Amino acid sequence: MSKTQYPRRRFLKTGAAAAAAVGLGFPMVGRAQAKTIKVGMPTILSGRVAMLGTSSRNAVMTEVEKFNAAGGLGGRTIEMVIRDSKGQPQEAARVARELVNTDGCEVIFDCEASSGAFAVHEVARDLGVLCLHNISETSALTADPKNRIPNAFRTARQGIHDSIAGGSYAAGVAKAKGIKRWMTCSPDYAYGRDTTAEFVEYLKHFMPEAEVVGEAWPKLFQPDYTEVVTKIVQTKPQALYSCLWGGDLTSFIDQGNLYGLFQASEIFAVNMADYTTLTVVKNLPRGIHSGNRYIKTFPKTGANAAWGDAYRAKYNEYPTNWSWESALGMQFLTEAMKKVNSADGKKIAEALRGMKVQTPFGADGTVTMRAEDQTVVGYAVGWGTTIPGEPYVPEVTAGDWNLILRLEAEWKKRKGFG
Amino acid sequence: MDFATLANCLGSPACVVTQATSGLIIGMLLFLVAAGLTLIFGVLKVINFTHGAFYMLGAYFAYSIFRVTDSYTLAVIGAALGVGLFGLVFERLFMSRVYGSNVLMQLLVCYSFILILDDAVKLIWGPEFKSMGMPPTFMRPPLFIAGGVVPPFYLFLIGVTCFIGIVLWLVIGRTRFGKIIRAAAHNPGMVSALGLNTEMIYGLVFALGGLLAGLAGGLAAPVRSMVSGMGFSILIESFIVTVIGGMGSIIGAFVAAILLGLTRSFGSLGFPLFVDGAMFLIMALVLVIKPSGLFGKEA
Repeated sequence: MSKTQYPRRRFLKTGAAAAAAVGLGFPMVGRAQAKTIKVGMPTILSGRVAMLGTSSRNAVMTEVEKFNAAGGLGGRTIEMVIRDSKGQPQEAARVARELVNTDGCEVIFDCEASSGAFAVHEVARDLGVLCLHNISETSALTADPKNRIPNAFRTARQGIHDSIAGGSYAAGVAKAKGIKRWMTCSPDYAYGRDTTAEFVEYLKHFMPEAEVVGEAWPKLFQPDYTEVVTKIVQTKPQALYSCLWGGDLTSFIDQGNLYGLFQASEIFAVNMADYTTLTVVKNLPRGIHSGNRYIKTFPKTGANAAWGDAYRAKYNEYPTNWSWESALGMQFLTEAMKKVNSADGKKIAEALRGMKVQTPFGADGTVTMRAEDQTVVGYAVGWGTTIPGEPYVPEVTAGDWNLILRLEAEWKKRKGFG
Repeated sequence: MDFATLANCLGSPACVVTQATSGLIIGMLLFLVAAGLTLIFGVLKVINFTHGAFYMLGAYFAYSIFRVTDSYTLAVIGAALGVGLFGLVFERLFMSRVYGSNVLMQLLVCYSFILILDDAVKLIWGPEFKSMGMPPTFMRPPLFIAGGVVPPFYLFLIGVTCFIGIVLWLVIGRTRFGKIIRAAAHNPGMVSALGLNTEMIYGLVFALGGLLAGLAGGLAAPVRSMVSGMGFSILIESFIVTVIGGMGSIIGAFVAAILLGLTRSFGSLGFPLFVDGAMFLIMALVLVIKPSGLFGKEA
């Protein structure tokens, strides 16, 4: 076999010409390769739910650091541009628009609560920019075809999934203990009303004899729950469902403890099993049933425990439900970028549809971005009961995803979302 | 609306005891905050919109002191004195400069300090909410009085706030210091002409108002989670109390706070979706029938 010689002089000439071309003739080629990928993150960093933004930011930055340290996308690293919306939807929309138009972000990484997420969604619709919703759990965001746009995806859990899993679990407990009389106590705004209605719907689906004998709708951030607690005491339900969260749930538990509420009724508090609440409540009652929000004991895998421990070691606090959702969003984004070897929004969107990622937050170690409605399925969803100290919720009963998906499909049909 | 439930409750001693206790505890804590607000307005003719933030500071002070000392008594006393002292400094350094200004300027100063104190709380204690937890002394099962459920901690709180209310009433009504305060409220020029230091009186009144708000924050800390901005809702309710009771009237604040507490408590059974609306409705009715409030003096 003859060996082709590449003359040294010709090599030097070619090299010099190429260098000159990059330096003089085509400067943008060289610069473009070095440019960072700007990802804009509107979130809540001030006010009563600042924890949403800070714990999301912590999780996102950890994932971004990993991606950048591994070389990024062919040398292009991700630069997060994070802005505070103060929890106001109109501000979330303004910030999102500014992130794209002024800051030059190529992706909107939405870490807003539901009201803000819908506002950001409209900006994404208008600008056509790739958008990942990482926090909003309102089912309609992706389930309602009117809201669907090809450039928006959700990496957060979904209310309807939680309700089916919760209804199934609660009906099982209720049947075993002979519980029929239920009462609900949830915050009086869209999330509280919708989530409670969906829970009750599926509780009755699995246990038609269940009867709701009373409702209480305290205001969001209400300081005193005494009148709500005494109303529950008067109604004497056998079981109570609540989707209060954060400081409101803490106050409710502190005040309910005084009346022996948690000994008198079986409590189902979907948002209890989140470290933000578990570690703050000083007199955590034993045996409260809760959905998993983020808990490092579920899924019971080394990867999940390691992720929780690493987060805690780095930030000196436990991760939240918002943390894993945001981390998952960044895992999807970076995997899709790597798959298409591009930061182009349309190419990433194409890759995201139907994509499956390996992640600590998956029920079986993976989470899938369902193509039909661009929302995640297969994440860890389950219910368990509390104990007053670590690990807080030692055993979690996993939700059945086959059942969840089947009932979700029926729910969509009934809603006209099919 | 569920008036049948309310009617059933009123016919049951157990229900009446439970709901009345609940109404009293809501009202008495509200009274402590509103008493400070109305006292400051009565003497200084200033609406201290930072009063809710004072309540928040009291809760956080109590939280920190309780963590260090494990003593609820020290926590409450420390919270009251700490916020009282803060109120004095705040009045001397800032509020005293805007007494002669228009209401908008006073509002601006107060609002600035609401934001400053909210941010300071986040910097010092963090943005996440806190819970002090129930002191071990009060971790006991509820009492049953006439079949009604009454937590021992709430009995204690009602007793303490009643005692403070009586002391406040005696101090304002029966002591020389109280006479000076009332005189300063009525005619500050004359008080000054008599050789009394009105600036010191103003400072002390502000400190006393702060002390009451801090006390309320400290007393409520075991059952209310703490978070930056928590003072806002209590400020609104306290303001309603002072308007209903009559701006500047301590006894008015007491009656109005109990009225609102009972409205919340029994209203949650009879008209649960209109409890907040009912409070504003009562305020509107009082303003129409007696614009100076139930115990306020006609201008």
